Amino acid sequence: MTALTRRRFLKISAATVGTAAAGSALVKAGALFQGKGAATRKGIERIPTYCDLCFWKCGAIATVKDGVLWKIEGNPEDPLSRGRLCPRGTGGAGAHFDPDRLRTPLVRRLKRGEEEWVEATWDEALGIIAEKMDRIRKTYGPEAMALFSHGIGGNFLKHLMKAYGTPNITAPSFAQCRGPRDVGFRLTFGEDVSSPERTDIKNAQCLVLIGSHLGENMHNTQVQEFAEAIENDASIIVVDPRYSIAASKAKYYLPIKPGTDLALILAWMNVIVGENLYDREYVTKYGFGFEQFAASIRTFTPEWAFPETGITPDVIQKTAREMARYRPATLVHPGRHVTWYGDDTQRSRAIALLNALLGSWGRRGGFYTPVSMDVPSYPYPDYPKPAKAKVDNPANKYPFAHETLTTGIREATLTGKPYPIKGWMGYATNLIHALPNEQETIQAIQNLDLLVVVDVVPSELAGWADVVLPESVYLERHDDLNVEWFREPFVALRQPVVEAPHDQKPNWWIAKQLAEKLGLGRYFPWATIDEYFEKRMSDAGLSYEELKRRGIIRGAKQPIYFDEGVPAEFPTPSGKIEFYSVQLAQAGFDPVPKYKRPGSPPPGSFRLLFGRAPVHTFSRTQSNRILADMMDENEVWVNEDIVRRLGLRNGEYVKLKNQDGVVSNRVRLKSTQRIRPDCVYLVHGFGHTAKGLKFPLGKGASDAQLITRYEIDPLMGGTAMNVNFVTLETEAA
Amino acid sequence: MARFGMAIDTAKCVGCMDCVVACKTENNIPEGYNRDWITYDSTGKFPTLQMEIRSERCNHCDNPPCVDCCPTGASHVNDFGKVVLVDGGLCIGCKACIASCPYDARFIHPDGYADKCTFCIHRVEEGLEPVCVAVCPTHCMTFGDLDDPNSAINRQLNSRKHHALLTDAGTMPRVFYLT
Repeated sequence: MTALTRRRFLKISAATVGTAAAGSALVKAGALFQGKGAATRKGIERIPTYCDLCFWKCGAIATVKDGVLWKIEGNPEDPLSRGRLCPRGTGGAGAHFDPDRLRTPLVRRLKRGEEEWVEATWDEALGIIAEKMDRIRKTYGPEAMALFSHGIGGNFLKHLMKAYGTPNITAPSFAQCRGPRDVGFRLTFGEDVSSPERTDIKNAQCLVLIGSHLGENMHNTQVQEFAEAIENDASIIVVDPRYSIAASKAKYYLPIKPGTDLALILAWMNVIVGENLYDREYVTKYGFGFEQFAASIRTFTPEWAFPETGITPDVIQKTAREMARYRPATLVHPGRHVTWYGDDTQRSRAIALLNALLGSWGRRGGFYTPVSMDVPSYPYPDYPKPAKAKVDNPANKYPFAHETLTTGIREATLTGKPYPIKGWMGYATNLIHALPNEQETIQAIQNLDLLVVVDVVPSELAGWADVVLPESVYLERHDDLNVEWFREPFVALRQPVVEAPHDQKPNWWIAKQLAEKLGLGRYFPWATIDEYFEKRMSDAGLSYEELKRRGIIRGAKQPIYFDEGVPAEFPTPSGKIEFYSVQLAQAGFDPVPKYKRPGSPPPGSFRLLFGRAPVHTFSRTQSNRILADMMDENEVWVNEDIVRRLGLRNGEYVKLKNQDGVVSNRVRLKSTQRIRPDCVYLVHGFGHTAKGLKFPLGKGASDAQLITRYEIDPLMGGTAMNVNFVTLETEAA
Repeated sequence: MARFGMAIDTAKCVGCMDCVVACKTENNIPEGYNRDWITYDSTGKFPTLQMEIRSERCNHCDNPPCVDCCPTGASHVNDFGKVVLVDGGLCIGCKACIASCPYDARFIHPDGYADKCTFCIHRVEEGLEPVCVAVCPTHCMTFGDLDDPNSAINRQLNSRKHHALLTDAGTMPRVFYLT
């Protein structure tokens, strides 16, 4: 999140919350990585850390029994988990015990992608990488290296790459996920929604979920607050082509035609403005360009939206009035994975505008203003200034891309323009499953002089690597401090609970060793990771010893709503909430969102939609045997009437064939009433093809493989992926 | 003497399976087996649907057929909490209990004995809640003494509509679902 002046103002005192001394039970923390093996550890130890099963970073307490990891629970002191983890976090021990995990550094033996390896020592493997990175630096300049890194674990590698001199550091979380949402909100309110989302779900009296499948998408705090909202009898409105878990909790379920959400949102705003239901005082005080906005949406009536969306005018009116009734405690959730149809930024902006009409930004039950602990960065030497601008967005083609585009770097790697990219490092992101059109990724890899993958499991991307480095899992390593922007300030520590079982190493160690070999040792001046933490914590006026013992240190609560004294500031060009966007108009885009009808599936085809299951994260967790025991393959959801018409049977294996002739692995058919007849649905992350993923190999179908077509959001370069159509084929076909 | 039961709020449950995962790690349940599970019970025709999501397990019935039919006494009602338990050492793996259970709550453990939910009696004895209750991110489960009129579970059952599963079987189940 961009540091804003106002937030600097909200500096946190070093005082910690005086909670009960839960720390007393948390002994022996921190000293475990230095050679204390199972043989010397007796009895029950409870060690605090924070989770890495997804990127929410919940505080956790691991229980070790006689030196062997037993179970993982939430840390009651942690405001993210509030003492309770999600099923993935609870199953985190499966990551430590995963028989498929990488054990030792591997160097490619045959052609790329053949997954034939020679085991290497760390010194050999890092030596090869350093030599190639040095050659790339000398031949093409350091900008020719790119880092794809997802999650806090990559912080030390990011630091290394900045020291090396490349600006090309990216993650799929922008262009393949939340980017359009953050741009849409930034264009409107001047700020991102960010992660953890600043959504005040627990205080919402009306909650609107548009495709957000909370409960299946298991971001812990959001799901906990969702349950609170249910308990508080919040009015829940769910818009989804699939009858999701969230839909089953809704007062109003709107089974929208895929791709038409923007038409619905425009019609909702038309009703709220037309019937004078909006927060006039808020809009007058904080809004810019409201008259032009109101004129622009005048034609988008519920009657207009009905044939587009399939939602009847009376339901559109009723739900719009419902939202207005509870404002400003009406939260129209901005979603998270929103790269759907190519109009994603404008749709997200429409969601932002709808919230603005309801006055929910900055208000209880809407969007709070996150706060953070003041923990200074480590005082490293200045990074070298890259000679070239980053490669992903030449000539500012996507003018509102405020983060680096993975797919832009892929494009540059393919074309050599605006300059060649010759080395990739992938950290904890499986680009084969994360980026659309895997063939483009594979072709880009052919142009590389070096592909390094650092991961805990042998992902598909690792299969294409020249060198694979096995990272210890989160339960065996330190990672950077988690200084989160959230409801209240806190700092959390990830620390080892058990030793890595083989020759796996933590990423900070990998980064430091590689830095030494690259002649960049001065950027890692600390001798031990403890020294790094000591420095940062003491600079913050906090105790590292206390942090090790408790896993988390909380700061004093701060105001998070306008009415608590948070200044209502909007860092947009006008300094107000931009109902009409001059900067969009100037860049040649619609200053107020307009709807464009999406393409329809050809007869006999279905739109391919994908989403999450509560027990898996992306394509990272399918080899975790505890989680695999909950779900070891995905199913393709197909409407029961369609299944009957096609003469198929529930539970049988079918294959999906997309518009470009790509055929999926076999996948079990789930015949259900819980989905529209014009689309099918897969849980993302299955259908693994990497040979080393022995358990999940060949189980289920990969949506990523079928996403050969994607549309690019013209505002920010996001890749919309819900634009593929499939037919169903019986397994024999 | 306590008589333990469980009330599960189906309105709050999202079926995330955290209860299943937690049971697995707490009780070291082998791969391929689980003592609890989720049922997504949907009815109606798209888009007019209803769904009840239930975390299910042994119902620790007041009238447990699995205990009545056990030839060795391995299946028994525990003194503390009237919880239905299996003594693995006495069990001969005859599966009579599995056949008698209307809830399909039992399985034969790879080590050869009938296994199922214990209401985490080892935790309850230490003053903790069953692990499924303790971990649930939605706080949808309440565990407690059905014989104590002031217990949280009785307050829930007195104030909310609820049902139990397959009550026609006459087993008098003690896991209740709030609707």
